[in-house]
This record gives sequence, C-alpha cells and structure tokens, in this order.
Amino acid sequence: MIPSLLGISVVLFTLLAMAPGDPFDELATNPAVPPEVRAALRLKFGLDDPVWMRYWHWLIALMHGDWGFSFVSRVDVSTLIMQRLPVTLVVIGASQVLAIAVALPVGVLAATRPYSLFDQIANTFAFIGFSLPTFFTGLVLILIFSIQLDWLPFVYRADIAATGWAFYWEHFKQSVMPVTVLGLFQGAALVRFVRSSVLDVIRLDYVTTARSKGIGERKVITRHVVRTALIPVVTLIALQMPIVFSGAVVTEQIFRVPGIGSLLISSMLANDTPVVMGVTFVSACLVVIFNLIADILYGWLDPRIAFR
Amino acid sequence: MAGSTHASLSAKAPAAVPGARKGRRFSPWQEAWRRFRRHKMALFSAFALFLVVFGVLAGPFLWRVPINEIDFAAKLQGPSWAHPMGTDDLGQDLLSRLIYGGRISIAVGVAAMIVAIFVGMLVGALAGMASGGLDAALMWLTDLFLSLPQLPLLLLVIYLFREPVKGVLGVEGGAFILIVGVIGATRWMAAARLVRAQFLSLREKEFVEAARALGASRMRQVMMHILPNALGPVIVVATIDIAAAIIAESTLSFLGLGFPSDVPTWGSVLRDAKDYLDIAPHWALFPGGLIFITVLAINFIGDGLRDALDPRRVL
Repeated sequence: MIPSLLGISVVLFTLLAMAPGDPFDELATNPAVPPEVRAALRLKFGLDDPVWMRYWHWLIALMHGDWGFSFVSRVDVSTLIMQRLPVTLVVIGASQVLAIAVALPVGVLAATRPYSLFDQIANTFAFIGFSLPTFFTGLVLILIFSIQLDWLPFVYRADIAATGWAFYWEHFKQSVMPVTVLGLFQGAALVRFVRSSVLDVIRLDYVTTARSKGIGERKVITRHVVRTALIPVVTLIALQMPIVFSGAVVTEQIFRVPGIGSLLISSMLANDTPVVMGVTFVSACLVVIFNLIADILYGWLDPRIAFR
Repeated sequence: MAGSTHASLSAKAPAAVPGARKGRRFSPWQEAWRRFRRHKMALFSAFALFLVVFGVLAGPFLWRVPINEIDFAAKLQGPSWAHPMGTDDLGQDLLSRLIYGGRISIAVGVAAMIVAIFVGMLVGALAGMASGGLDAALMWLTDLFLSLPQLPLLLLVIYLFREPVKGVLGVEGGAFILIVGVIGATRWMAAARLVRAQFLSLREKEFVEAARALGASRMRQVMMHILPNALGPVIVVATIDIAAAIIAESTLSFLGLGFPSDVPTWGSVLRDAKDYLDIAPHWALFPGGLIFITVLAINFIGDGLRDALDPRRVL
C-alpha cells in the first residue's frame, strides 16, 4: 500500500512539475516588482531547488495535511475536501450496496440456468447496462422521473429545512436517482462477474458431493456455491473502484451532488489548482485503501490464502 | 455429399463448390468469420455499427446543412423534414452537428485504442520476454496505473496541459492529440497484462522452441511466431477499448473539459442539451442514443469476436 501511494504521489508531482506555468509569472510582467524581489521569492519558496528536493518538500507538506489554500473558496483545501468527502462516500457506498443487491441474485440465477431464457435476458440487460454512459442514464432518469412524472427532485440540496422523518424522506428522495444511476452501471458489470464465477464453482466435485448427501438444491447454492464463488467477486469489486469514482464524478455533476467529484469539476473550471491536486490525490488514496480492504477480506474469506 | 473423393472433385471444379462441405478446410480467418456469424447479436451489431460509421463518413456529402448556421426562427424545434433531428437553442441543425460530432467521437475512439494497444503490447511483450527485474518493474507500473482513478487523472492532465498543447498544435488538433494521448495512456493496462500472460505461455511452446533451435533471433521469434498467436484476445480487448474510449471522450466533453465548446462532439451536444431537458428532450435523446447504440454495438461485436477468435471453444 505504501509503495503504491508513493508511486501515485510521484505521478501527480511529475504532472505538476511538467505542467507549464510559474506561480510568479504575474510578477514578471508587473513593472512594480523588481527582478531581485522575484528571485528572492523563488529562492524562499524553493522553486529553483532540484526536482527531488521539491518533491520531498511537497511530500512532507502533503503528509502534514498542508494541502494548500483554495484560491476560490478562501479556505484550506483539506477543510474543503473534508466537507465534501462524506457525501461522496455515502453515494458510492449506497450505489455499491444496490449494485451487489441486484447483481448477486441475478448472476446466481443466471448461472444456475445457463443459456436459458432468463440467462439470455439477464446477459442482454447487463450489456445494455454497461454500454449506457452514466451521463446519459442520468439525463434520461431526470427526464422521466423529474420532468414527466415529477416524482423526484433533480437537484441535490444539502440544506433541507425539515426535521425528523421528513428530513430523511427528502434525503432519500433526492439520493434515489444518483444512487440508481451509479448502482445499475456497476451492477451490470458485476452480474457477468458473478455469473462466470458461479459457473466455475458449480461444476466442482464438492458441490456434487453436497447434492448427493441429499442437501436441497437451494441450500447447496446458497451455502456451498455462492460462498466460494464470492471470493473472486470481492477482488473484482475492489478493482472496479477507479471506475466507480469516475462514475461518481459524472453523477455528482449531473445531479449537483455536493461531493468531491463536483468539487473537482468546479475547481477545474475555476482554475483552482490546489483543490484539483488535493481531490485527485484523495480519490487515488481512496482507491488504494479499498484495494487494501479487498486484500484483507480476501484472506479472511479464503483460508487457502495466507499472508506471509 | 461426395466426401471421400474430394481431391479429384476439387481438381475438376476448383473453388466453385458452394457451402461448407464436410472435410473442407477453412483458413483461421474464415473459421473465425464462420463462428462470428453464429453470434446473432454481434452480427446485427456489426450491421448497426456499419450504418453509424457510414452515416458519419458519408453524411456531410448527403446532408449539406452547415453545422453552425444560426436561425433563431427555428430554435428548439423537434424533428421535422427540414431538420430530421430537430434544432438546438440557436436553431442550428442537430443532424449535421451530430454527423460532425460522430466523426470526432469515432476517430478519437479508434486513435485512442491504437495508442492503448500499442503501449500495452509493447509493455506486455517486454515484460513477457524479459523475466526477472524488468518484468517485475513493468508489472508494478501496470498495477500502479490500474489503481489510479482514471477520470480524475484524465481531467487533471487535460486541465494542466490544455493551454500549452493548444499553443503548439492549434485548438482542435491540440485537443484531439491531447485527448487521444491521455485516454490511450490510461487504458493500456489490460492489454499489457493480457499480452504478458500470452507471451509467458507461448514462449515455452514447442513451435517457438523449434524456431529458437533453428536459430531465429529473438525479434524474429516474437514477430513471426509468438505475436501472431497472441493476437486473438488482443483484438477482443482492442474492440472493447474503442467503446471505452468513446465513452471517455464523451464524458470529457460532457463535463466541458474535452474539445473546445464550439466543436460539436456527441458529448458536448449532450452537455448543451441538459439545461433544456424539459422543453427540448429530443436534443439530448439523439446524441445520447447515438453514443449508446455505438458503444453497445461495439461491445456486442467484442463479445462475438471473443467467441470467434478462441480456438478452444467448440461451437
């Protein structure tokens, strides 16, 4: 985990260092600032240091939580990200739960009846699901449920003036569409993983043994097959995390969910570089952390794997 | 069916025998085509994709309405004979804008796929042939790229390098090169892993050993013997990569960070349309539908190719 985080920080820093533009460019064109002052400023902020030294200072600052200052919002980048992060995590988490809740039963059912009508329908829908770009699904859902039917709000609001159940109900209503868009996109890819994983397991000898012991088919599937088949699926869910983040950026932008994805886009359109760097690094860190969690889960689910 | 006398029969009537006789030999590509035809959805998708590509390529010659002719009298109209796909908020004809955008989207998709596959094959072949330190380093790099969040990184690179590239290569050309390069650079990992795995198994096979024993150089072993046999799965990945690249480009344009906003790509038309969803839904449905149909067709073709190019699969 540490090497990959370091690797990501190197990639980000290289991009930043290669990008043209000097923070003191404006001073060069300003006749009121003599060149000596500019040189002194460059020296003070270490802009003339060798690259590895600048990287080291940047990394130390990053680890101290000193991520810079947003030009636009006039607050620390870390404060800004911490405000936005919980919303994104809730949306991503809920959509993953939805994806698993849809993909697991459908994938298992399709695998227990391979090449049946249900399998073919599920397969076609899975193809449609991951061929539909999230931004288009989002717009179509808005068109149907907000404009035609007027059931759901299409702008996410953080300041809901209700209390008690009404508060949660409003939150639920405005989260339905973002979570559905993201969840169904994920679920479509997951159905195929679950199906092929179950198909691999269902032919193994121990399943035949379980059947011949007289255990009911339903119990064989839920207790014996699914438990084993889920092990590779856990890894695949973790490997999908970068794609989930991409989807979250788009979904947050469409529904104006105040998460880090929409923060990323708005700060890019406003040329707010510190925030852009911070959000990119945070999303990279989250992906690495999810991969680590998957690795740990993998070892826990599958006793054949040992960490040495 | 005259199965046993086929030597003399084919001598009398060479290549004139129609249909698949028993015992007839197929070349590998004929065999693949025969298998591909069995996949109904893939065949239908190939036809649909052909229509889209043909329409986009031949469209400007058949539909001569300029993409930026502003006509406020006809703004936000639904489909009609004068404007088969309706008009946008400036009264510009959507059909000609979508034809133009389709050229860009499909060109970006294909070009980005070529970049991704080229880098992937290079990395995969290097890692597969050179075991040891180089292999481990390249695979670490691949894993690192796999764990990078693609869209934020894509956006970051375009954000940082948009202006200078524009200065060197011009507005549209710069955006094209940048977008193709960046999408290619974040999508080569699957091909690299696949090619490496293929190389690891193929380089120990007898026919490669025979070539080595006959004194074939390493380059010749790779180019003449290993690479052609590793190509099947790579073609499948390449197909699916086109779809992914089209989605990536549309996403960038949709977010307003792709091509300049006056260039109508499918994604940017959709972005302009999203604020008029309540009064002009056709404006969003046509570009979105085109992206969807193109991507779905390419994915189905990829699935068909997967069946067709896997020689172990019995159909």
